[in-house]
Amino acid sequence: MGINLYAPQYEVNRNQNKCIKCKVCKRQCANEVHSYDQELDVMVADDSKCVDCQRCVSLCPTHALSITKFKNEFKENANWTNRAITEIYKQADTGGVLLSSMGNPVPYPIYWDKLLINASQVTNPSIDPLREPMETRVQLGAKPEKLEFDKDGKLITKLAPQLSINVPIMFSAMSYGSISRNAHESLARAAQELGTCYNTGEGGLNEDFYKYGKNTIVQVASGRFGVHVGYLSAGAAIEIKMGQGAKPGIGGHLPGEKVGEDVSKTRMIPVGSDAISPAPHHDIYSIEDLRQLVFSLKEATAYTKPIIVKIAAVHNVAAIASGIARSGADIIAIDGYRGGTGAAPTRIRDNVGIPIELALASVDQRLRDEGIRNNISLVVAGSIRNSADIVKAIALGADAVYIGTSALIALGCHVCRSCHGGKCNWGIATQRPDLVKRLNPDIGYKRLINLVHAWDHEIKEMLGGMGINAIESLKGNRLMLRGIGLSQKELDILGVMHAGE
Amino acid sequence: MEVNVKKIYVNEDRCLGCHLCEYYCAFAHSGQKDMVKAFSGEAKPQPRLTIEEGDSINFAVSCRHCETPLCVESCITGAMQIDEDGRVFVDESRCVGCYTCILVCPFGSVIPGKEKAIKKCDLCIESGNPACAENCPNLAIIYEERE
Repeated sequence: MGINLYAPQYEVNRNQNKCIKCKVCKRQCANEVHSYDQELDVMVADDSKCVDCQRCVSLCPTHALSITKFKNEFKENANWTNRAITEIYKQADTGGVLLSSMGNPVPYPIYWDKLLINASQVTNPSIDPLREPMETRVQLGAKPEKLEFDKDGKLITKLAPQLSINVPIMFSAMSYGSISRNAHESLARAAQELGTCYNTGEGGLNEDFYKYGKNTIVQVASGRFGVHVGYLSAGAAIEIKMGQGAKPGIGGHLPGEKVGEDVSKTRMIPVGSDAISPAPHHDIYSIEDLRQLVFSLKEATAYTKPIIVKIAAVHNVAAIASGIARSGADIIAIDGYRGGTGAAPTRIRDNVGIPIELALASVDQRLRDEGIRNNISLVVAGSIRNSADIVKAIALGADAVYIGTSALIALGCHVCRSCHGGKCNWGIATQRPDLVKRLNPDIGYKRLINLVHAWDHEIKEMLGGMGINAIESLKGNRLMLRGIGLSQKELDILGVMHAGE
Repeated sequence: MEVNVKKIYVNEDRCLGCHLCEYYCAFAHSGQKDMVKAFSGEAKPQPRLTIEEGDSINFAVSCRHCETPLCVESCITGAMQIDEDGRVFVDESRCVGCYTCILVCPFGSVIPGKEKAIKKCDLCIESGNPACAENCPNLAIIYEERE
């Protein structure tokens, strides 16, 4: 094998004075880091296996543990960083494609943090959300050109099917297989109680979840896993996944370790086989083909459900969105390059795609310029981290947002980015029954509800602060934003002025 | 005797076999305020419940506070008793360590003590808040009233 050039990434610091040797760290670490030395009566740790998931730190009853970066330093080099060097060692060892999980961690600029929100002072009074009604409900779908009424005042115009949600927040697509059944149950129950939707992702829909159908968006991805007529009818809307922000241009990837009995049955694939979705949909090779699929799905569901087309934010996303808006789709979902994933090639995750803030602004502007903005609703995703990001997204033109990583963090995820190994210690990104048990849906769904309620309240406070009492009034209202520390070009693309102007 | 009294119930679908309930139970009965100090001596405090571990199922076994407790019937000194609220408890000063109750309990809830007296769940009568239910990380142990 030769020398192992790969030093441990993290070290386990145990305060032996506080350790009571309860062994919960040993019992709860799926990576088998901790062990008990009987002879010396002491707990020991194998740092090389630690992924910094923080499970042991959270459970230790005396707070005796902490995880830090392994204190080993290559000579300082801003170009040849520790990461750049060790990635080459890895590829020299294995000859493989580097695989990573979760969203792009590289320190590219975060445009949300360079946008500032307005507030009313003097000329336009603020509204107090605790005393006056505030509307955060959203209807997603194609809006009519005009409304016609008969002589009795009743509406004649037939409206396209709408997806009605109580808050402008939905749970992003995370497939059954990449996340556990208990995680899906938490998302489904929370979506139901919140009056919003969760997304099946490309893993199909387990029969036991059909009862949450009114709050489910069923996804049709390039692998068409689990797609049949019953599946399409079960959801409230159908999403065609053309791409996702974490890996634009390639299909989904579920490592074989995560394909157990139930996942195999739901996806209709053999146990233990890698589920790699093809890059394109093999029946969509042009924009006309997309239109054909959109209408096939509408025919199959008797035109009762809105169709969503999800794309990754790439160059020319505005032109692509324009094509989709003319294809008959009701909603366009755009996923920025910070979007999370269960498994993606590292190079694609870190280098392909563009920020959602810029994609959103340019798509919204282009559709308005072409006069087709009302043909579709826009949903954005790709690292929405807090309620301020949501307010800024809506001001830039979104109708609603999808949250993925944020939802998983609410369930206990510590973003250790080891999902592709299938040994998630928090019971989220794993299929091992002993690990899945750790995510109790009774606790999980309440935490999701808490998060969304908290964010909804914060959104209302910020809206009220701006003197607005409905989300509709904020949509695309670029005047409510100012940029800070941005170049003129960036300000032009975002369509906002600089703070002070 | 009240029928609807609060008892400890364990959900085997949620028990992770982490043993934290055993440690918190022992700590709650150790008489110490600091957990590290409680476990620092030679004589470690004892839990009043045990985790049964299996391949795919784990379960925390503790006293069921039966309506007709066999342990109370079989106790040769009258140390094992049942109070008006239906709580089965042991008067450790009267227990002679004959272990008849351990043999007779159909659930295996009674534990031999390190000293003479046996140990069993007392529903944390001193604090009124069972330490196991309070500290279970996965809400597998619930303290509530049931039919």
